[in-house]
Amino acid sequence: MFHWLEKNPFFFALAVFATIAFAGLVEIVPNFAQASRPLIGTTPYSTLELAGRHVYIKNSCNACHSQLIRPFKSETDRYGDYSLSGEYAYDRPFLWGSKRTGPDLMRVGNYRTTDWHENHMWDPEKVVPGTIMPAYRWMFVNNTDIDTAYAEMITVKKFFGVPYNQPVPMKDGTSKIVKMAWNEAENKSDLHEARKMALAEARIIVKDMKNQDVIDAVEVGRIPEIVALIAYMNSLK
Amino acid sequence: MENRPLEYDYSVSKLFIYTALGIGFVGMLVGVVIAWELAFPAINTMFGDGAIAEYTNFSRLRVLHTDSVIYGMVLSAVWATWYYVGQRVLKVSMAESKTLMYIGYAHFWIYLVSAVVLVISLFMGITQSKEYAEFEWPLDLSITIVWLLWGASIAGLIGIRREKTLYISVWYYIATFLAVAMLHLLNNLAIPTYYASEGIGAWYHSVSMYAGTNDALVQWWFGHNAVAFVLTTPIVAMIYYFLPKESGQAIYSYKLSLLSFWGLMFIYLWAGGHHVLFSTVPDWVQTLGSVFSVILILPSWGSAINMLLTLKGEWQQVASNPIIKFMVLGSTFYMFSTLEGPIQAIKSVNAIAHFTDWIIGHVHDGALGWVVFMLMAAIYHMLPRLYGRAIYSKSLMATQFWIQTLGIVLYFTSMWIAGITQGMMWRAHDEFGNLAYSFIDTVTVLHPYFIIRAVGGTLYLIGFAMFIYNVYKTMTIGRKVEASELQNTTPMGA
Repeated sequence: MFHWLEKNPFFFALAVFATIAFAGLVEIVPNFAQASRPLIGTTPYSTLELAGRHVYIKNSCNACHSQLIRPFKSETDRYGDYSLSGEYAYDRPFLWGSKRTGPDLMRVGNYRTTDWHENHMWDPEKVVPGTIMPAYRWMFVNNTDIDTAYAEMITVKKFFGVPYNQPVPMKDGTSKIVKMAWNEAENKSDLHEARKMALAEARIIVKDMKNQDVIDAVEVGRIPEIVALIAYMNSLK
Repeated sequence: MENRPLEYDYSVSKLFIYTALGIGFVGMLVGVVIAWELAFPAINTMFGDGAIAEYTNFSRLRVLHTDSVIYGMVLSAVWATWYYVGQRVLKVSMAESKTLMYIGYAHFWIYLVSAVVLVISLFMGITQSKEYAEFEWPLDLSITIVWLLWGASIAGLIGIRREKTLYISVWYYIATFLAVAMLHLLNNLAIPTYYASEGIGAWYHSVSMYAGTNDALVQWWFGHNAVAFVLTTPIVAMIYYFLPKESGQAIYSYKLSLLSFWGLMFIYLWAGGHHVLFSTVPDWVQTLGSVFSVILILPSWGSAINMLLTLKGEWQQVASNPIIKFMVLGSTFYMFSTLEGPIQAIKSVNAIAHFTDWIIGHVHDGALGWVVFMLMAAIYHMLPRLYGRAIYSKSLMATQFWIQTLGIVLYFTSMWIAGITQGMMWRAHDEFGNLAYSFIDTVTVLHPYFIIRAVGGTLYLIGFAMFIYNVYKTMTIGRKVEASELQNTTPMGA
């Protein structure tokens, strides 16, 4: 059979493809529907949080920080409850990372605050002596791309049914609504409103910040990347 | 028709050698820079901490390093060998078909333009964050075109072949083409947000079709097998051709090559699950990934042993011929890293190894020891056949070999120690059951190993620079050789 295949390239290629495609079908397909279901209490990202997630990705924070707490005592002691599949239901892409040059950030919102991040991103060595993390000062200058975050919200709502503007069940039996700008009257997107909503979120974050340039920027309606990133960090719980 | 030997057309092969050397050097240079950045963080802001710092920072550069060495250097070398080996084992010249020549040139130039755009986009931070699949959808499309052009070249050359039976190397090239096509397309399925939102935000941005755990599952099915089918199968294709050619020995066993080819095809794809052990993917997927990783030793060692036994009775060539030296050490490192990988895939070992530098060490002993050694050997072997000149300096090759080998040893030993040290410190508890170390303790302890690693990487880069110098000298002032000198052992100057 092998001799015959080696003389018939088309069937050879077919045989190779069947052999390699097999594993993917068995391993990946069965899990799809189940794993994408959100856990109760897991909410979609708000406009500013999602923009902050983009800042996180843009700077490849995931190259050094994981977002996956494994079910070991040493990990739950250090980072909090181990990760559950449903907690990632709104993560596109996933950001588990593959290397912990720095600590895990899956629940960093539980134990770090806005001012901690502000100081740390400006001068990590001052906050954590001995750290090898570099400073990220350009984030205090560069503007956040709110528009793209909003475009992504529209996309995931439209294609994947992410429940923006809908009640999401919480653990204590109540429900919560994560808002996305939408012109209900004409049933179309409202970019202007989305920017306003992001700015309102930014104002809350900036209250706990001390960098005068950042404060001034938000005052005039500009959102530096650091503000969005902190909004995202604080949402990780 | 005249009865004379075929004249093969190597113009496309030559072009890809240039990019393999050029992008390879830059990619490794970036790797060395970021290795030093981990040892001495001040290097992150070597050009000041203002606006430029964004582009010299570890996190921005890391992806440039991985993608340029994998897709820049290795793929270029793979294609350089394809446009050389393909014609020879199929006994047909590319020049016999105008279409195939056009396809070859289009393949190269579209690839080069994509590579330039890709570098710029990664510098700008345009990434979808998936490891080794960072590129946004416009680049994914151009990569698809480049890939299909290569496929057209394979199919076209096979279509007009004179030798009816496909040689082993061609099996591996075909498998590489098919598998990467499948992985690339499925992992990069995404919706461009600009079009979905009817014109809002960045036009190049997209959102993954998969969420969370599913995204991770698809990504590591891709990630693991991108390693398999970019850094393993085409390299095996190379060694199956170049080792017998250079040594003048026939492949030791056809049956062993059958077993290892089909075994590798079947088993490799299952093993991706070992990247997500103890994560939120189902237990049975993790267990499958772990078990198949261990079974994977079989076909991997099958190829490597087949290579080493090919030299049976001819071991003096290892001492006398630096090209054989590179290939034998390459095969040995292949055995070494395909044993190390499965060990790391065992769940209890993975609990310590995952997220640490041991994984980085593993990748590099495979990449530096096996992949780059093999592709340098292939280029050394091809040069005199492409340019009609003997290798410029044999002693330079030997020196390069030892400098780079020392570099690799420093690299992986330091990363072993660093990885296991950190893995053990993370999980250490004191007598009261509290964590024994804060995270930063487990970082500062790594400082000496980071320095050793950076030194190792620097040595390797120096060796690579010597390689480029030797290649350049060969192309320009190497001794002119007769066709009769090109039978087996590559002609080399002192």
